[in-house]
Amino acid sequence: MPTNLPGTDVVVIGLGAAGGVAVLPLAEAGMDVVGLEAGTWLTNKDFAPDEIRNNVRDWPMAVQKCNHEVPTHRLNAKAPTTRAAGHVMMNGVGGTALHYWAQSWRLSHFDFRTVSETVKRYGRSRFPAGSTVEDWPFGYDELEPFYDRIEHEIGVSGQAGNILGTIDQRGNIFEAPRARAYPMPPLRSSGFLDRMTGAAKALGWHPFPGPAAINSERYQGRLPCAYHGFCNRGGCHVDAKNSPNVTTIPRAQKTGRLKVVTEAHVTKIECNDGGRVTGVTYVKGKEEFFQPAKAVLLATYTYENSRILLLSTSKAYPKGLSNNHGQVGRHYFSHATGASVTALFPFNLNAWYGLPAQGVAVDNWADDNFDHGGLDFIGGGNLWVYSDRRPIGAANMNTFGRTPGWGKQWKAFVKENADRVNTAYLQKSTLPYEDNFLDLDPVAKDPLGFPVCRITADYKDNERRIADFIQEKMELWYRAAGAIDIVRGPLGTMGVNTHAYGGTRMGDNAETNVVNRYGFSHEAPNLGVLGASVMGTSGAHNPTLTAQALAWRTADHLVKQWKSIAE
Amino acid sequence: MADRAPSRRDLFRIAGTAGAASLVSGSVTETPDAEAGQRPRSRPRPPREPLKALTAHEADLLDRIAELLIPSDENGPGATEALAVRYIDRALAGALAEQRKAYTVGFEAFERYARQTRGGPFLSLTETQQISLLIDVESGTATGANVGFEGSSAAFFGLVRGHVMQGTFGDPVYGGNENFVGWDLIGYPGVRTTVSPAEQKLLTPPTPVRRSAYDTPMFNKAIVDVRPAGSDRDAD
Repeated sequence: MPTNLPGTDVVVIGLGAAGGVAVLPLAEAGMDVVGLEAGTWLTNKDFAPDEIRNNVRDWPMAVQKCNHEVPTHRLNAKAPTTRAAGHVMMNGVGGTALHYWAQSWRLSHFDFRTVSETVKRYGRSRFPAGSTVEDWPFGYDELEPFYDRIEHEIGVSGQAGNILGTIDQRGNIFEAPRARAYPMPPLRSSGFLDRMTGAAKALGWHPFPGPAAINSERYQGRLPCAYHGFCNRGGCHVDAKNSPNVTTIPRAQKTGRLKVVTEAHVTKIECNDGGRVTGVTYVKGKEEFFQPAKAVLLATYTYENSRILLLSTSKAYPKGLSNNHGQVGRHYFSHATGASVTALFPFNLNAWYGLPAQGVAVDNWADDNFDHGGLDFIGGGNLWVYSDRRPIGAANMNTFGRTPGWGKQWKAFVKENADRVNTAYLQKSTLPYEDNFLDLDPVAKDPLGFPVCRITADYKDNERRIADFIQEKMELWYRAAGAIDIVRGPLGTMGVNTHAYGGTRMGDNAETNVVNRYGFSHEAPNLGVLGASVMGTSGAHNPTLTAQALAWRTADHLVKQWKSIAE
Repeated sequence: MADRAPSRRDLFRIAGTAGAASLVSGSVTETPDAEAGQRPRSRPRPPREPLKALTAHEADLLDRIAELLIPSDENGPGATEALAVRYIDRALAGALAEQRKAYTVGFEAFERYARQTRGGPFLSLTETQQISLLIDVESGTATGANVGFEGSSAAFFGLVRGHVMQGTFGDPVYGGNENFVGWDLIGYPGVRTTVSPAEQKLLTPPTPVRRSAYDTPMFNKAIVDVRPAGSDRDAD
């Protein structure tokens, strides 16, 4: 029997990018909050600039709970199932935001209104077959105040391109209007980025520095970025990466209202026969606990959100919590971030330092920023040029078919070219489809004996056409900057991904969505879901800032509607 | 990696110009006078520290393979001087212990393949034979010989090549990249804990610093023992 703990107002499951920010508005409103986190606290002494540990041996994802729960994947219901060895999402206070790239984009108008805008501009016939995409239950304007709040609460650096309709050419002229500038100027440029910026301008495009949850100057008492080159898969050694563990979580703790429980492995969300959630069962060490709560916010990650709901069966929810409409796991998709483009230059780039969030973007080919009238797809891609070079990775560079992968000639090649290569990051609109979904794997189990999540998904023609189109644009840009050779990467599949969406989609229609417009279950009224699992579209930009704005909004709604939701 | 036999062009490109003469002049094994056709002379090697995981024979094989993968030549020192094999031995005794068995199985298959297809153990072969054999293993061609490679021989090659790369270009705290020879080879300007705007502004890398990440007291050295998780995606 689990040990019954004293009750609390709210349990937040998972203290990552979403749960880690939601605790702050709750605690500040005077609610007692228990944050259950599967990982532990880490400090900047743990964040050494060490490529073998971070990038080769996959710290900080190693020896993590989530590595025992890696989802399986199959392309379709008839294809064989495979399972990756590891999972880049990590457990820890701050979650994957400890070591993410920290690109912090807002979505565009189009991303919230993909269906109605497409129909209006191009007609219903242009709609990709089999897609289950819906308009969001609200538009960009509804989320703008929460984007603004998060940007200032955690600290986001960037260059505004549209403040209340006034366009600033230094920023993203395509962005939806923002109420005010970013709280910090953008991360600095570099010699290589200057060159790419000039090339984009020469093409008539609109390059701009991207937004990042990374300090470009001292912010809230924390230091600015050190640009040392070990940001990717590394926590920040000077706390300049604005993960919740150094921003919202400590502030929530200072209110005295947040209790953080680390190494807590949640196994089930409990509910009563009336369908209301009553609390959470978790395992810590070898002991099992039941934490009663008046409301529960589920904030693990897209795969785990669906998995925990499906595992939490009860009399009221025989198919899994909040799944009486059979929508848990539906509308899953992972961002099409494959189909990279790699360029070789005839000169050094001095790209040994910096970070993935220090870069130059082009959004001329993103979303609906260009006319799709003569094209065979909807949506588009963000072109992102940055540098993320470390020595082992550099020595393993693509040799562009010019030499074998080892030996004397190879050595001469890498000696000359290790600092002459660059790979762009191309995020492309991705849609949900009828036959792409998450469920429980019938075979693979975690060490506690619970089935892991199974992904059944593949990209479709719309994603493949965008990929070809965007690679073409990226090649044009690199060539304009002087590249002498280009290699295009494959799009890949919809397997385990760090940009995973859906499974608990948000929408007004309870027949096709798990949570309502505020992020609360259509079925269990005191259960909220946080993270990109509620998002129904991806747009062409990283999901984290949107997930955080939505998380804040859900917490804010809980505070305002406490009596009707939780009592 | 596609299964394919090594082409003459591959041999030419891997062996470099020295080996090329023998290759274009005729059969690989019948050119004892050409430099690459001779049995490799034992080059002076740094003294080997007591082995922690590898057998002496495995270490000898790795020494030679590492030398062929990243040779010492007019472009500077290679995997030998970097002590890449010391890195591998220490790693297999520690963080990479789970991969120890793959070396046992892989090298047994490797030597069987050498005897079966080249008439003798790997270290007795000419340099050109050694290179062509490595190409067989890399391409997966050696798998079909049923000599005991687990899965594809390409996987074993990838494992060894990956570890030699780590031992040559990784942080010296792990036992490789001795005297920073790997970082010097590719022009890596070194581990810095902060980088100035001026150091990023030009297309010329700044003056190299030579130190391990753990030469500063800033970081907890115990973390170097982390065991691999196996994910290949970044949290972008």
